Formats: sequence, structure tokens, C-alpha cells
Amino acid sequence: MKLFCHFADLSLCLESEIMHLQVSKLKKEFGSTVAINSVSFESTKNEFIGIIGRSGAGKSTLLRVLNRLTTETEGKVFAGSINILELKGSEKRQWQSQCAMIFQQFNLVPRLDVITNVILGRLFYQSTLRSTLRFFTKEERSDALDLMNRFGVAPTALQRAETLSGGQQQRVAICRAMMQNPKIILADEPIASLDPLNARLVMEALQSINSSEKIKVICNLHTLDTARTYCDRIIGMRSGEIVFDGKPSELSDAKAREIYGVEADEAFEASVTSTSLNTSHIGIAS
Amino acid sequence: MSQNAITIESLEENLKVLARQRAIYSVLFIGAIIFIVVSGVGVANQYNAGSFTRGVENFFDYPADLFSDAFEAGWGWFGIVLSFIPALFETFSAAVFSTVVGASIALILCPLATINLSPNQVTVQIVRRTFDILRSFPELVFALILLYLMGKSIVPAIIAVTLHTIGAMGKLFSEAIENIDMKPVDGLKSVGARWYQIICFAVYPQVLPLVLSYSLLRLEINVRASTILGFVGAGGIGAYLTASLQWRYGDEVLAIMFLLVATITALDYFSSYVRHKLIGKISA
Repeated sequence: MKLFCHFADLSLCLESEIMHLQVSKLKKEFGSTVAINSVSFESTKNEFIGIIGRSGAGKSTLLRVLNRLTTETEGKVFAGSINILELKGSEKRQWQSQCAMIFQQFNLVPRLDVITNVILGRLFYQSTLRSTLRFFTKEERSDALDLMNRFGVAPTALQRAETLSGGQQQRVAICRAMMQNPKIILADEPIASLDPLNARLVMEALQSINSSEKIKVICNLHTLDTARTYCDRIIGMRSGEIVFDGKPSELSDAKAREIYGVEADEAFEASVTSTSLNTSHIGIAS
Repeated sequence: MSQNAITIESLEENLKVLARQRAIYSVLFIGAIIFIVVSGVGVANQYNAGSFTRGVENFFDYPADLFSDAFEAGWGWFGIVLSFIPALFETFSAAVFSTVVGASIALILCPLATINLSPNQVTVQIVRRTFDILRSFPELVFALILLYLMGKSIVPAIIAVTLHTIGAMGKLFSEAIENIDMKPVDGLKSVGARWYQIICFAVYPQVLPLVLSYSLLRLEINVRASTILGFVGAGGIGAYLTASLQWRYGDEVLAIMFLLVATITALDYFSSYVRHKLIGKISA
């Protein structure tokens, strides 16, 4: 176990084809509240992991700690042989550049145009002077355009991000994440504020990234059917602890009820945030 | 969860305590205001050797003198107005320069003075106290010191107004930044952006309309400040105004005042035009 790791080591470990991620005994307290408590899991292969649980179970905190947006109270997270929680300064930012994050509220810059928002995914690679003067290269613009074409938001390239619909904004956010050339994507309730059709587009985009680019995806989800449809592996959290970790087929209804507690009925019902598009549900939604 | 549960009784009790406190504060505040106003009039009467009210009467005589002087000048009065335009231009340029430079410096420094974005709390305190110091001295104090050191010219006035602008704008900008939406900031942090990149892309775009609007308002204030500094030897239209006042040339005084009001009004129109342009863009 190394306390210090040099830039070259980090690049090396991040260069390996599929990231070996190991979370061990992770704990985060906010004052006297324990948000996550001794969370441990390991992911060695390329997979689509869904984290389910009721609101307040610690799902968001877990992802934010993994990206280093929030500092942990204790615990370790290894990417390859490096404990990424010990990284500082530019090494920490390099980890963040490799560990893209997608948010429930998209977190784009509302007053900047879409293509600039996408190019901002490369900020780590740009010097402060170059980026603040907005000297983006033609290559960066063309990479951004390729991604926007792939996820169907290219026609909006020159609009301000705030003029887009929620579904479009989330796909722009996915473009920004992909612009980072990440090894792993953390998605924090990416479809919680979207309608069923857009929710499905976003989940399918994440699934295609996972299968064709071999990028590991860890996705917080609120509804059970979405997790069962898209994920290779489901982690269930309750009160900050992992109470289930296994294949979707292994998740029995009884176990799911235990994960969700009083919110079970809501989670079981394919509600507005769900991706399923049965006619009956559309009827309810509209 | 359950240990944090609040009963309706305790909530009502807390609300009652809060309401009582609020009532006490309101009464104290109103009492203090009344005391200050009453004692203020008393002090004014004392220093005016008895007659605060007589001063008020004189106050209304002077404008009448001004208008009769201007009326006597006839059409020539408009010539007087035109003759002061170069001096107005000097004052106006000084105000524009100090607003642009002051607001720019404030904009660069203000993220350091915000609790949500500054690298550490020591920096917040240092930068905020610097703004406080710059803001707490009136321009006149800076200008008098600088005029003494540098001799009579417009430069000391520019420096004085710029320093005051940094202090005032720095406070306003940093408060605007403390109220921004932090989601884009999180978004760019998660990408691995450097601190100043986050400021440039996630913070400045959000506060830009407010920054422009505050700066235009500050430009108005700075036109007035630069004029007043002319009184103490900083040149520009203020120097002419003080001379005309002392010589009791009512027509000239009125011409200068007309120019100043016209400038401020024009600025007001200009700033609301710019603001609407910006807001229009947002809603489009």
C-alpha cells in the first residue's frame, strides 16, 4: 500500500483497459448524521452497476465521495493499486477527469452555449490561460460535435444550455462526461427529473457507452424496474449500508421491500421517473 | 429519525418565542430611529444658533436666484452650457476609467472573499477587510491626501474614486457570488477543473448581468464623486462649479447642474437599455 503516488503511476493505473475499483470500509458523517457507513464493494470487470435505495440512503454521498466532490470521514478507495482518496492537487483533478459524473439536475452552465458546455469536459487538459480565453482547438470542437451527433443534441450546439429541455440537457451532460475520455462514469439519479421517454433515451445512452466503450458505469436509481432493465449488478443501500449486492435476478421482491422500507410501493410501481413505456403508464403520466 | 421528531406543541412554543423576540426588536428599532431623528434636529438647531427653520427658508431662496440669473442671460445661456462640455468630458472620462478599472479589480478579487468558493477562510477575511477599508473612507479623504502628495490634477481623483469603487463593488460582487447556483460549480469540479477555470466558466457567467448593472449604477455615482472632487482641486467640471458658486454666477451654476443632470439621465437610459438587452437574451 502506497501513501504517495506519483503522477506517472496514476496515469499508468488509469491506462489499464478496465478499471479495478475497490471500495473498502468507506464512511461519511455529516455532523452527527452517518450518511454512509462501512461501505465495501469491488468491481473488477466492465459492468453496469445500479445502486438502489430510498432517498437518504446515502447513494449520492457514495458517488460524490468516489469523485472526490465530498471528503470521506474514513475508508479507502482503490483504483488499481492507488488509493484515490489520498490524491491531492493536480493528481486529484486527474482522477476526477477520469471519473466522470452525471447529476440529477444536469449541472451544466445555463448561460453558456451547448458546445462550450461539452468542451468544458476537457478543462483538466487545458491550461488556465487557454481555457479562460476560450481558445478551444478545432479538434476539441470536432470531438464535441461527434459526441453531440451520437447523442442527438447536435442541432442545439449554439443554443444556451438553459433553453434546452431536461432530457436534452442530460444528454449534453453525457456528452460532457464522454468528452473527458473517462474510465468510469458515476451517474447520480440521472433520470429522476425526466419524463419516461427521455429517461429511456438517457439510460440507453449510458448502456451503449458501457457496452461499446467498455466504460464502467455506476448509476444511482430510485426505481426498481429501471435497475432490473439496465444493470448487470445491483447494490441495495439502506441507511448508509449495503444490504444487497448481486445480479438483478437474485433480487427477490422480499429483499427489495427490505431495501426500500416504507417507500417500497412507490419504487415498485413504475412511476413517472420510470423508463418503462407501457401504454397504461403513459396514460397515468399524461 | 424518531429522536429528531418535533411535536406540534414544542413547535408552537418556539414560534411564540420567536414572535415575541421579533416584536421586541421592532419596538427597539423604531424607538432608536425616533430618538436619532429628534436628537438630530436638536443638534442642527444648536449649531445653527437657534434657527434650523430659517436655514430651510434660505434654502428655497437660492434656486430662485439661479433661475433669474439664467433668465437674464437669455439665449446666451445655451452657449454657457456648451462651453462647459470639455470640462464635463474630463470629469466623465475620469469616472469611466475609475469605474472600469475598479470594477475589473473587484471582479478578479471578489471570488476570494466568498465563503462558498474561496480556497480558505483566512483569505476570505483578508480580502473582505481590505474591501471594508477601501470602502470606509470617503473618496474625499483619499483625494485630499493624494492631492497633497501629488499636486492638483485629475489623477489623484481617479485613484481615489478607483480605490473606493474596488471596495464597494468587491462587497456587492462577492455577495452576488455567494448567492449563485452551485450546481454548475459542482459540475465543473467533477470534471477536474482548476479553481480559476471554475470561476471563469461556472461563476462569472451567472453574475455577469448583475455585475454590469451594478457597474453602470456605480458609473453614475462616480460621475458625481469626480465632480465633487473637482471642488477640492481635482479639476474637471467640479472646479468650474465651485468657482461659479463662489462668484455667485447663477447662470453658470445652472448650466453645470443642467449638464450633470443630463449626463445622469442619459446614463440611466443607457443602463436600462443594456440591462434589457441582457435580460432579453436570457429569456429568448
